[in-house]
Amino acid sequence: VITTALTDLWYGFGVALEPQNLMYCFLGVLIGNMVGVLPGMGPLATISILLPLTFGIKAVGAILMLAGVMYGAQYGGAICSILLNLPCHPPHAVTCLDGYPMTQQGRGGVALSVTVLASFVGASWGITEMILLSPLLVKVALQFGPAEIFSIMLLGLLAGSTLARGSPLKGVAMTVFGLMLGIVGADLETGAERFTFGLTNLDDGVELIALALGLFGIAEFMNSINQTAAIDTKYSNITLRDMRPSKADLKQSFFPMLRGTIIGSLCALIPGTGPTIASFIAYATEKKVSKTPERFGRGAIEGVVCPETSTHSSVQGDFIPTMSLGIPGDAVMALLLGALTIQGIVPGPQLITQHPDIFWGLIASFWIGNILLVILNVPLIGIWVKLLAIPYRFLYPSALFFVCIGVYAANNDMFQVGETLVIGVLGYVLLRLGFQPAPVLLGFVLGPKVEENFRRAMLISRGDLAVFVERPISAFVIGLCVLLIVVQIVVRLRAANGKGAQRLEVKAAHNED
Amino acid sequence: VNLLRRVLNRKRDFYAGGLMVLFGLVMALKGPTYTLGTLMHMGPGFMPTALGVILIALGILIAAPASGARDEHDEQILPENPQWWGWLCIIAGPLLFILFGTYGGLIPGTFACVFVAALGDRTTTWKGAIGLAAFVTAFGVLLFSYILRIPMPILEWRGL
Repeated sequence: VITTALTDLWYGFGVALEPQNLMYCFLGVLIGNMVGVLPGMGPLATISILLPLTFGIKAVGAILMLAGVMYGAQYGGAICSILLNLPCHPPHAVTCLDGYPMTQQGRGGVALSVTVLASFVGASWGITEMILLSPLLVKVALQFGPAEIFSIMLLGLLAGSTLARGSPLKGVAMTVFGLMLGIVGADLETGAERFTFGLTNLDDGVELIALALGLFGIAEFMNSINQTAAIDTKYSNITLRDMRPSKADLKQSFFPMLRGTIIGSLCALIPGTGPTIASFIAYATEKKVSKTPERFGRGAIEGVVCPETSTHSSVQGDFIPTMSLGIPGDAVMALLLGALTIQGIVPGPQLITQHPDIFWGLIASFWIGNILLVILNVPLIGIWVKLLAIPYRFLYPSALFFVCIGVYAANNDMFQVGETLVIGVLGYVLLRLGFQPAPVLLGFVLGPKVEENFRRAMLISRGDLAVFVERPISAFVIGLCVLLIVVQIVVRLRAANGKGAQRLEVKAAHNED
Repeated sequence: VNLLRRVLNRKRDFYAGGLMVLFGLVMALKGPTYTLGTLMHMGPGFMPTALGVILIALGILIAAPASGARDEHDEQILPENPQWWGWLCIIAGPLLFILFGTYGGLIPGTFACVFVAALGDRTTTWKGAIGLAAFVTAFGVLLFSYILRIPMPILEWRGL
């Protein structure tokens, strides 16, 4: 197994190091990092805004670039949360707790450099996991019939919507809403037009970019306009010398890094427990393990390292089901999967054999990209700090233009700009009603596949619904779904007795282990 | 507006659930018009109808006060200080982009979009908005027309 993995990896490096692909990877990391640093721009917004730029590129280059954008944006978000105390992306909320106090003590540079290191270590382990596990998973997955695929997708959707922030009930409602949006357009089997309301522009369905940019672009701008507090950059003067961690710092971060890696990769294996939960568990664990828990919240370096490592290792792990089964674990993965589909590539177990260049090239590029990230951030940190100071009043009008032109450029169709606007306004209304937009995207991307596999399963079983519990693998997965719902209800009932929601979320994930 | 605010602030989850029921109803009522089929041979109407029914059920659960699934924070529908002007400007931006982009090309579309959107911020000055719009227009034309070669005319009059 290991020798074939190594030869495949070698081939992957060959693909990723082709000058063109290397350039796209570099561009992705650079632009992703640059945009991700801007306050208020999380990875989701960053990827959706940059998605249209990749349409002219060949599939391999495009996906390498987008992956680069993703981890570039993630690291950019970490900079933002450590230096400004602004979590642009939920997993970084924990990083703020000790990252910002470190900045206030003048140790922000150290926090940033150990974060780079932590993300590299976490990602490396995640990549290794991906190399070893994906081919195995694919072997199993190729045996799956439509019933198994449907059950697994059901689990993914349930987990993705109930374990995210906010009320699980609302999360599920948003997933169903996303599934509905996925239905709009011509039916795959009969070609019947559904919910197009007579608009021929909707025949091909709702556009992924329009949905993503509406929900994470326009709705976010409406949410943040005139709401952002003045940004305090008085602590964020970082020079190169500040970034060099001392030996004591490194020694202190070594074991937290290992623990973070393990926690992150475990979380990645449980569907739906994405990076946010991984980071919360990591922080809680680190605090419990520590001999001096009172230092946490006051600039403990472990409180930065462990969650960051676990976030990155879990994000890499999330690529495993995404790339080998075609089932994304969260909205970011759904977006990347959507990008692959736009390039005309069908994600699923057959991806590794049909497009080995994409799969192994992507894996190799993760390493290259993460090294680029380390190299880039040493000289550029000064520029990033300056970008942090860009006021929101310049930021959102420019971003709005990128939204418009990006959606237009996808198909050279002005109708879709209007579509984005409608989705954006609706998204803002949903946001104010306490719904989270991320599950919509998850449901939307999986929608057509859910329907297709459900139909096929029913056709094979001659309309017998029991097929989902009669086949062993499918029954096991359905069992997990039921367990998930039961745990959620128990947790909610306990929450009604008045406990912090955050702690309970972590507990819920523990129960899942 | 005060009355409106008082009504809206009262029962957020009630409206949230109501909206879901509404979406569900649209699906569940429109779905059967696309032929349902049987469980074995499902027609194109089956899935939407099923999803619609599920969404109605979820909506009722959300709206039911007994469900107890309340978030502790952010109970209100409207934020503490509603930004009607800001929201209007953000909505107007893409609309103007569509209008000016269709009839005038990239330059007028971009300028109008950025300029109007920028006016939504409380601290923006006229000069600042014009400056920003000019800068973004120049950058946008360079990037999208010359480098990425998007087939959108830079400047032209297409008449009404």
